[in-house]
Amino acid sequence: MAAPIIELAGVAKTFESRAGATEALRAISLAVDAGEFISIIGPSGCGKSSLLRIVGDLVEPSAGVVRVKGKSARQARLDRDYGIVFQTPVLYDWRTVLENVQLPLEVAGRPRGERQERPRTLLRLVGLDEFAGHYPWQLSGGMQQRVAIARALALNPSILLMDEPFGALDEMTRDRLNQELLQVCAETAATVLFVTHSIAEAVFLSTRIVVMSPRPGAIDRVVTVDLPRARGDATRALPRFFELVTTVRRSLREDPRLAGERAGGSGG
Amino acid sequence: MGYVREYAPAALVLAMGLLLWEAVVFAFSIEFYLLPAPHVIVQSLRETYPVLVEAGLYTFTEAVLGWALGCGAGVLAAMVASCAPAFAALVLPYAVASASVPIIALAPLAIVWFGVEQGSKIAIVVLMTFFPTFVSALRGLLGVTPESLELMRSYSASEWQIFLKLRLPHSLPMTFTALRACATLAMIGAVVSEFFGGPVKSLGVYIKSTASLFQTRQAWSAILVACALGLLFYFVVAAIERLAMSWHFERSER
Repeated sequence: MAAPIIELAGVAKTFESRAGATEALRAISLAVDAGEFISIIGPSGCGKSSLLRIVGDLVEPSAGVVRVKGKSARQARLDRDYGIVFQTPVLYDWRTVLENVQLPLEVAGRPRGERQERPRTLLRLVGLDEFAGHYPWQLSGGMQQRVAIARALALNPSILLMDEPFGALDEMTRDRLNQELLQVCAETAATVLFVTHSIAEAVFLSTRIVVMSPRPGAIDRVVTVDLPRARGDATRALPRFFELVTTVRRSLREDPRLAGERAGGSGG
Repeated sequence: MGYVREYAPAALVLAMGLLLWEAVVFAFSIEFYLLPAPHVIVQSLRETYPVLVEAGLYTFTEAVLGWALGCGAGVLAAMVASCAPAFAALVLPYAVASASVPIIALAPLAIVWFGVEQGSKIAIVVLMTFFPTFVSALRGLLGVTPESLELMRSYSASEWQIFLKLRLPHSLPMTFTALRACATLAMIGAVVSEFFGGPVKSLGVYIKSTASLFQTRQAWSAILVACALGLLFYFVVAAIERLAMSWHFERSER
């Protein structure tokens, strides 16, 4: 068994503010193998996004250790091992679709040939090669998010960090993009950390689902998704799919700290 | 064709306004030294044309030079301040407050410091245009979203790359808005500064001296020249803005 690609040991985060200290995450330990698709689900304020940012070295943990490919998270970021996708596309208005996908390659100082070729390939992968010359505002929300995914893949990162990337999209677009995302992951062999509010989305995409509870954020339960790895519309109709959705929903509801909050209502 | 349709209503309003002006002067038999009719102003413009061109160029030079120095320094200062956000936060309130300082009140002092010629007027225009440009450019440079910064960090971009590829392009719309507003300010600043003293061959002095001699039509024709130069300045800056930010305008024209 190869060493895990991401290893979290006793990670905690406390935010200091004038109002006092807020404990956002407590004692998070998790090992992720290469090629896994891990969803992190939990109610608002459970520290999911903070956890994602700690792995990506965008936020420093207050305690604990993060190892990525056997290195520190900082070193992994400097080595450009991460691709990141936010809830909003965060495309730069002044760049065309193609130029937005070129951005990481420019920053990394990649040769001119690669800066031309790679974005074209990626836009084909997400089905937007016809829109290369368009500006972001000329695209729908779903298309913009596909550009963001193409951009995240530009440097061929081994780890994709996705913070509710489809949270702002309508359900039909979300389902289609879920399907596309799985294809993209299969082709790029990237390991994915995926924050979401949707139980159905988590079950459909993941190999494992990390269920979190809030205040302070902690891992409640890890649900292994034992569905066949090749997934499609038929997957959503499997009895096992519903069982897993129910399991995740129960885990979210049974937490006494969530009583009354009825989290996870957006799913399944 | 598009331009005709866009500007035709405005041109029509102008024509009707001029007609109304003529009609009012004629109907109420207003003396020309109080309010000359438009055709009288145009006539005076044709007679005094050489003097007005010379005075116009003199004043316009002050406005353009002052604008270029003031706005240039404003943008540069904003760039430097954006590298030290803590320092920027310290000076920003004062820069914003400076908008309510009547800088034109310094014009008589500027003459003491920089002489009665163009130097003192340029100094006033520099002061008038520096702060608005500084404030707008700085807000544009610092106002990037946290996510767009995190995106750059995730690529381990250097501070210089973040500046060049994110902050600078993000600041352009706000900076150009200030540059346009300052073009107007610059012309006002130059003409009004000249009211406090300057050579005869300047628009401000020409307007002041002809008005005090009740040569109202000459004063009006000089005001007309000042308006035309102010508009010209504004539209040249607006044209540069369009060239520099084509992405921005394709969007707003949709």
